[in-house]
Amino acid sequence: MSDPTAASTAVDSAGAYVTAAEHAEPTTGKSRSLWSDAWRNLRKRPTFIISMVIITFMIILAVFPSMFTSADPTHQDLQRQMLKPSADAWFGYDFQGRDIMAGVAHGAKWSLLVGFFASLLTVLIGGTVGVIGGYAGGWLDGILSRIGDVFFGLPFVLGAIVILSAFRAAGLKSAFGLVIVVVLVISALTWPVAMRIMRSAAISAKQQDYVKAARALGANSFRIITKHMLPNCMAPVMVYATILFGATIGVEATLSFLGIGLRAPAISWGVMIAESRDYVQHAPHLLLFPAGFLVLTVLAFVMLGDAVRDALDPKLR
Amino acid sequence: MRKGRALSLTALPVSVALAVAGCGGGGDSGSGSGANNETHEVSVHGTEPENPLVPGNTTETGGSKIIDMLFTGLTEYDPVTNETKMANAERVDITPDGKKMTVVLKKGWKFHDNTDVKADNYVNAWNYTANSKNGQQGSSFFDAIAGYDDVHTSDPDEDGPQKAPEPKSDKMSGLKKVDDYQFTVDFTESHGVFKLKIGYGVYSPLPDSFFKDPKAFEEKPIGNGPFKFTSRVPGREVKVERFEEYQGAKPKIKKAKFDFGKDLEAGYAAVRSNELDFIDTVAPSKLVNNLYKTELKDRNGNQDNLAIQIIVFPLYDKKFSNADFRKSISMAINRQEITEKVFAGTRKPVKGYGIPGLPGWSDGGCGEFCEYNPQKAKELFEKSGYQGAIEITSNADGGHREWATAACGQIRNALGRECNFVPVQTFGEMRQKTNAHSHTAIYRGGWQADYPYVENFLNPLYKTGGSSNDGAYSNRAVDTKLAEGDVAYARSQQEADKLYHEAEGMIANDMPAIPLWNTSVQYGWSNKLKNVRMTPQRELDLLTVEVA
Amino acid sequence: MGRYVIRRLLQLIPVFLGTTFLIYVLVWAVPGDPFAGMCGERPCEPGFIAKMNEKFHLDDNIFSQYFQYLGNLVQGDFGETYNGNSVGELIALRYPVSVQLAALAVVIEAIIGVIAGVLTGLRGKGFLDNLVLVSTLFLISLPVFVTGFALQILLGFELEWVDPVVSSDPTLGELLLPAFVLGSLSLAYVARLTRTSLMENKRSDYVRTAVAKGLKPSRVVGVHLMRNSMIPVITFLGTDLGSLMGGAIVTEGIFGIQGIGKMTYDAILQKENITVTGVVVLLVIVFLIVNLLIDLLYAVLDPRIRYE
Repeated sequence: MSDPTAASTAVDSAGAYVTAAEHAEPTTGKSRSLWSDAWRNLRKRPTFIISMVIITFMIILAVFPSMFTSADPTHQDLQRQMLKPSADAWFGYDFQGRDIMAGVAHGAKWSLLVGFFASLLTVLIGGTVGVIGGYAGGWLDGILSRIGDVFFGLPFVLGAIVILSAFRAAGLKSAFGLVIVVVLVISALTWPVAMRIMRSAAISAKQQDYVKAARALGANSFRIITKHMLPNCMAPVMVYATILFGATIGVEATLSFLGIGLRAPAISWGVMIAESRDYVQHAPHLLLFPAGFLVLTVLAFVMLGDAVRDALDPKLR
Repeated sequence: MRKGRALSLTALPVSVALAVAGCGGGGDSGSGSGANNETHEVSVHGTEPENPLVPGNTTETGGSKIIDMLFTGLTEYDPVTNETKMANAERVDITPDGKKMTVVLKKGWKFHDNTDVKADNYVNAWNYTANSKNGQQGSSFFDAIAGYDDVHTSDPDEDGPQKAPEPKSDKMSGLKKVDDYQFTVDFTESHGVFKLKIGYGVYSPLPDSFFKDPKAFEEKPIGNGPFKFTSRVPGREVKVERFEEYQGAKPKIKKAKFDFGKDLEAGYAAVRSNELDFIDTVAPSKLVNNLYKTELKDRNGNQDNLAIQIIVFPLYDKKFSNADFRKSISMAINRQEITEKVFAGTRKPVKGYGIPGLPGWSDGGCGEFCEYNPQKAKELFEKSGYQGAIEITSNADGGHREWATAACGQIRNALGRECNFVPVQTFGEMRQKTNAHSHTAIYRGGWQADYPYVENFLNPLYKTGGSSNDGAYSNRAVDTKLAEGDVAYARSQQEADKLYHEAEGMIANDMPAIPLWNTSVQYGWSNKLKNVRMTPQRELDLLTVEVA
Repeated sequence: MGRYVIRRLLQLIPVFLGTTFLIYVLVWAVPGDPFAGMCGERPCEPGFIAKMNEKFHLDDNIFSQYFQYLGNLVQGDFGETYNGNSVGELIALRYPVSVQLAALAVVIEAIIGVIAGVLTGLRGKGFLDNLVLVSTLFLISLPVFVTGFALQILLGFELEWVDPVVSSDPTLGELLLPAFVLGSLSLAYVARLTRTSLMENKRSDYVRTAVAKGLKPSRVVGVHLMRNSMIPVITFLGTDLGSLMGGAIVTEGIFGIQGIGKMTYDAILQKENITVTGVVVLLVIVFLIVNLLIDLLYAVLDPRIRYE
């Protein structure tokens, strides 16, 4: 998926349902019952179980890559150039003679890091702006929404290319520096989506009696937002964040594929796919393995998000 | 002497280059005879010219390719031997002291607007191009002519607020018209080699109409060459047609088209399916296992370039001041393995600063320092005490990523130190860093010679203040030795050969740049062409090509 | 309604200015000298650089550059590229290709997506439903370049059903595969959106009423259910048209399509603000207008929505 802003649509409507669902049951202790209800439902869903298994595996792979391979992913030897998979190297070797399995194992870290931090940052920025805008309303909401529109109006890939071209040459050579730049760029372009979801949730939460009651009791805005509104607005944003996590991994791959995302020493799956492109006709295994892991991981997160959304939405059960 | 043309691969415009192109459908095969020469439009893959098509302002490949067809200068280069032949000039004489050149033009040559080509067209064009006020790229090509400093001023503080002062004159004093078909050129210093240079596009004549209305000329260039300009679609194509009144050897084909719309992959696919007739660079993905030789069976060719690939140390950065370090890098690179594995054997490793095939040049001037020897490399590296990771940087858009990454891998294996290839996004950015002496990492360099002699591989790159001595290398002893060679050349080439060879050894001992291998291009054509050959300028020879 | 439209149009102005300025500044901040690479592998003549800087006002400060550009733009002058081509002409040449591609992608999305969504949404759980759910999930997980690559290799190289690379003046037939690739992700969304929307509305009171009234099922579905369920789908398709035009860079690259995507990519690397901003201006206008039209369409489709 190359456009994480599109992912919003999978959630936008869901967001509306969730808040609608909340309207429907105003009497019970909502947040607890919603989440525990959802959890009970989730545990029974096969998609949830499958996706959790995949995600757990990928996280273990990212944290302990050497559990799966003893080869050095950066060791090059042209004598093993593009050798097919064998008992020595299950996934074969790439153009530079690097062990692909080692590359895939060590690359998981970079892909997941980008996914995690980019979706976290997006939700933090978008959520904060959204809840403020939704709660405050009026001119502040207007200004924040227009600023969001400015970023939202930029076509994603194009915007990412421009920003990355402008900032990537800023002397960044360490792997984490590269990750940070990519994370910042993705968040800068996707936060308006999180903002919109949060904003609409906040607007409807604002009308609720408990918020009105809290205000009548003299609670200040900060307290109302943090104690009363946030817990009730989190559901749609959480669903979005899960799907975004997967989407971001795909986005990082796309950017790396275009030659502006990560690069050595942060060799992610996207970088491996990009490097394979000249040789796929001759040696398809160069593309197959990293692409397979990439798709599997994104799939797991999208499935998880899907399952969580369905579980949170009583109407769809 | 400045170099004439860009090392083309690097000058290709950046392309997304995502495509894995390949085969297309069968395509219709041309049947036929000479009649097809008149009807079929020969389409040639090219890149969008970086500037409007004015010869004095065109020094990159995309534009040169077209300029060379639209214009014919005093001399031209033989498409096979690269020797200089008279073209628009009846004769070109240089006095024995190399200080004065007399040019006599052939009569009856015409521009495409039917005006005669006269001495004025050369004198005015050269004065115009040299004049810094006109901001022409080719200006420095005239720097040997007397009075150049009067028409060419430079910015006193480079990028600073001050502007270059107005030139004192708009005419070079050394350029004198004798009559309509004769002019003379005086040089400030002995410059016999000028005779070799004048075949380049920037020395082309310009019609009178150019000086009246340059803007109109840019839209519809008027040359005196074998083809005349017919139309242009921005970002897509330029079309040309045979100029029937051309006085030189006339082309066999009537119409040709330069197609800029395709990147290398798409261009290759189009040639393979016979929708495009010629491509001068086979896409890197098709070089893998020589795939192009089977896919373009009997319609592909390979040609060595007059160019060398090097790795340059930015000596203005103290980090690289230790010669042992520089030698250790050179000895850690296995040139043989890279040329075989990354370039499928299309390039030849060198152990000196010239390339195979140069007259009088023998390999090995660099000695053991250019031979792969990981143990010795490691010793030298440890002796040098170099700190930190090693980085090699290059623009990533010209097919350099693969070999630079491979070289880094070898360096890492041999020296046990981290080595990374750091891409710079565009050739322009790379060039800017080179010009501004702001590189902080070892970087890729290339040199395409103007004429086949080792002198041209040494003087511009390694002499103190040489025009392309980008790494700021300076060694008095080397300068002296090179100067001795220059002087000896007029006496005896063998003697000069020997002196240059010695100079190579002295340079290698300092290792300001690592010589790697020569370069070559692989090209392909459609089944609609016959008699295909490529000139040393890396252009399809449109004068001899025919439609099958 | 009229006042609402005017207010919305006025709101477009700051967004338009903000987006174009943002792009202008960012491209300006791309490192490198745009002209240094124009002279081959040797230093450029200083006079040449000076003349080009003057011609394109690159010595001026960024604000004055932007407003000069904007001033010309308002008069319909898109400016000139660094190699002397008219940006307006380039865009005119390439824009239609990108529009065709995006429009075709949206049509494919609409047809396949809506059909799949309706079939599963009406039938409810079952094999078909699961098949669509799983396959759409899979499509969503595939980055566009992987889909593009895979289909190009399979259909282009292996089976040789289509040309792997399209010609410079592509026909709609040639664009079919790239459009499918471009629209594949959204296709999955459309299918899911249609399904959810239908399932939700199926249980709504007005449908129940319509059924109770004894209306024919086809009328209930066709008029009552579909009309209301299509609102989010149409919203999505509308916004997608705009984002697909800007997002086609990858697809255009894989299939060698000469649309605005590749042109923009090259221009960014060349620091050609004029070209990049010119393209973005058009994209943003399309994006904003489409958004406005969709909001207005809401009112038409859903009588409950009223704008003042």
